[in-house]
Amino acid sequence: MARKLMKGNEAIGEAAIRAGCRFYFGYPITPQTEVAEYLARRLPEVGGTFVQAESEVAVPNMLYGAAGTGERVMTSTSSPGMSLMMEGLSYLAGAELPCVIVNVMRAGPGLGGILPSQGDYFQATKGGGHGDYRCPVLAPWSVQEVTDLVQDAFDLADFYRNPVLVLADGLIGQMMEPVEFQEDRRPCKALPDKRAWAARGWKGDRPRAIINSLFLDPEDLERHNRDLKAKYDAMVRDEVRFAEYGTDQDYEVLIVAYGTVARVCKTAQEDLAEAGVRVGLLRPITLFPFPYEAVRRAADKARAVLVVELSTGQMVEDVQMAVMGRRPVHFHGRQGGMLPSPEAVAEQVRAILRDHAAGPSARRRASRRGGAS
Amino acid sequence: MTELVFGRPRSLTRVPMHYCPGCTHGVIHRLIAEVLDELGLQGRAVGVAPVGCAVFAYNYFNIDMYEASHGRAPAVATGAKRTHPELIVFTYQGDGDLASIGTAEIVHCANRGEKVTVVFVNNAVYGMTGGQMAPTTLAGQVTTTSPLGRDVEQAGYPVRMVEMLAALRTPAFLARVSVHSPARIIQAKAILRRAFEYQVKGTCFSMVEFLSTCPTNWGLTPPEACRWLETHMLPYYPLGIFKTPEGPERTPAPLESLPDARGVQAVPAAAAPTGANGETGE
Amino acid sequence: MSQIVIDPEACKGCGLCVQACPQGVLTQGRDLNSKGYFYAQVTAQMRCIGCRLCCITCPDVAIRMRIHGTFYRYFQY
Repeated sequence: MARKLMKGNEAIGEAAIRAGCRFYFGYPITPQTEVAEYLARRLPEVGGTFVQAESEVAVPNMLYGAAGTGERVMTSTSSPGMSLMMEGLSYLAGAELPCVIVNVMRAGPGLGGILPSQGDYFQATKGGGHGDYRCPVLAPWSVQEVTDLVQDAFDLADFYRNPVLVLADGLIGQMMEPVEFQEDRRPCKALPDKRAWAARGWKGDRPRAIINSLFLDPEDLERHNRDLKAKYDAMVRDEVRFAEYGTDQDYEVLIVAYGTVARVCKTAQEDLAEAGVRVGLLRPITLFPFPYEAVRRAADKARAVLVVELSTGQMVEDVQMAVMGRRPVHFHGRQGGMLPSPEAVAEQVRAILRDHAAGPSARRRASRRGGAS
Repeated sequence: MTELVFGRPRSLTRVPMHYCPGCTHGVIHRLIAEVLDELGLQGRAVGVAPVGCAVFAYNYFNIDMYEASHGRAPAVATGAKRTHPELIVFTYQGDGDLASIGTAEIVHCANRGEKVTVVFVNNAVYGMTGGQMAPTTLAGQVTTTSPLGRDVEQAGYPVRMVEMLAALRTPAFLARVSVHSPARIIQAKAILRRAFEYQVKGTCFSMVEFLSTCPTNWGLTPPEACRWLETHMLPYYPLGIFKTPEGPERTPAPLESLPDARGVQAVPAAAAPTGANGETGE
Repeated sequence: MSQIVIDPEACKGCGLCVQACPQGVLTQGRDLNSKGYFYAQVTAQMRCIGCRLCCITCPDVAIRMRIHGTFYRYFQY
């Protein structure tokens, strides 16, 4: 299909259809409601089914029922709705059910605001529901990339038999950008035959399908947890994705940012380069599994790291874990839906370099003052 | 040579049920399995087990099964039925599961008219967790969380789910039956079969509420529990068919209709015409 | 002629079948099964009229009924 100007939310819906998803269960919540509206129109056109649930509490349970029959299923929501889905997400992960959940993040906490934010990083990557479970988390920085990642998410979900989250901030959902869908797109993973475990009516030709996360016997549950851990280890080993900009030549500061914030930082990087200040930029695309080695390698080449987020600092903790104190890690964040400007990011970099030029004591003061709170 | 005329239905596994002695959950399980066998649905049936005493139902029904989270079975059933309408999907839920935490799920599953069958077991307490007050606990009934008896001033009156759902405009088959005596069990099976037939025909949402005993948490022997159900639960939870897809709409009419606003006279309330109630338009 | 067969291991001694039987064919057992329940026992087989009420009321599918010859269906079940 030729390039087309699409609104992010609608592009997410079209990407799901391109991935073969024919069942969407959703609930209205700004700023992602257009995904539901788009699919309410489009799904019937492709013989699919759209169901508006009574609440986001019900949505993941509908996914549970639908994914349990082996179909590709999806929902989308925004931060407060995502919180209501946490119980269901834990059950989906516990019962090893593939599905895709898109969270178009808005400012919080509580009712918060409806403007973009990245305040759900911990909830998404450290498991917002109960119990030991992890989900791959993909973070797009453009409308084109969100369509690619949504389609990849379905493949990852089927391959690992696990929910997959696509974490986009409100900008991705609301922006209009050119999008191109690859007609002959091939799955990014080898897709298993789901009929072996799907609940489609037992005719005696296979073991009964029991879609379940209850294991009262502790030995069974521990074995189950170990099996799940093996999946998560495989994700960490095989599914790390990130992008690097300007890290092939020397640079003094490494910026780490994801989503649309990384685009702001890219502009800052270009502005600084014109002023002769060399900066590297590393953009995690998978927030779980987090690219720890890549961040460490890139940080080693710099004198300091600057993390920029639309939050009071969440990914910064993973960056600190990656850097392990080998370099000072500074943080710059905006909240409430406010966005950092390229100039503000560039100013942070200059401030860091000024403090470094002033010597170690100043550096220590700076990293205490500017470092992650 | 003798011929077996009553035995274990094929749709019931051989796994011994964990229910307490005399608990009529087991009877309801058998009725479902018998209906599935008789309608030839075993190969198409998918059940959704709740959290509650019936949490292990997936071990007892010889079909594909789901284990849902507490109260969410109607949503799980919606997902399964919407993706594979050829499946015969039923949920099996207790009163705590359906009438308390799962109220929104059951109301909207019914209101959307999902073509699934809900088996709602009402034994007036939370069984699995040891006999706490449920939304269906009777006024004055003692439970571990209503030690002085349910105080309707504090906890409100017991919820009658069938009547509540009957008020919805969307067509449905809603009935309440009981399994506290053989005669009632025989009756209940016929009603349950009709509910599943509506699903087979794809007609409408169907729910059958089963009044059921809980000897352990009622502190009674099984036979005493059956008598307690008859004397205490039946008056408050009348048995019968409350709604059918072919039948009339069951939405309650206003107690007092409000006269047309234009040209309204100052008519004293008492003399206001009670007249025909406002017909709920399409 | 109908024959009631009770599975001692499946029976939990709840007594519902004893209460349901119109003919007094069954009694509360005196023997324990492996789970420690006094399982119900058929003590007057000859009085059985094949009405199946015991089978119908048993919550644990512990009672089977076999017949030899004609089977009188007193009701549709």
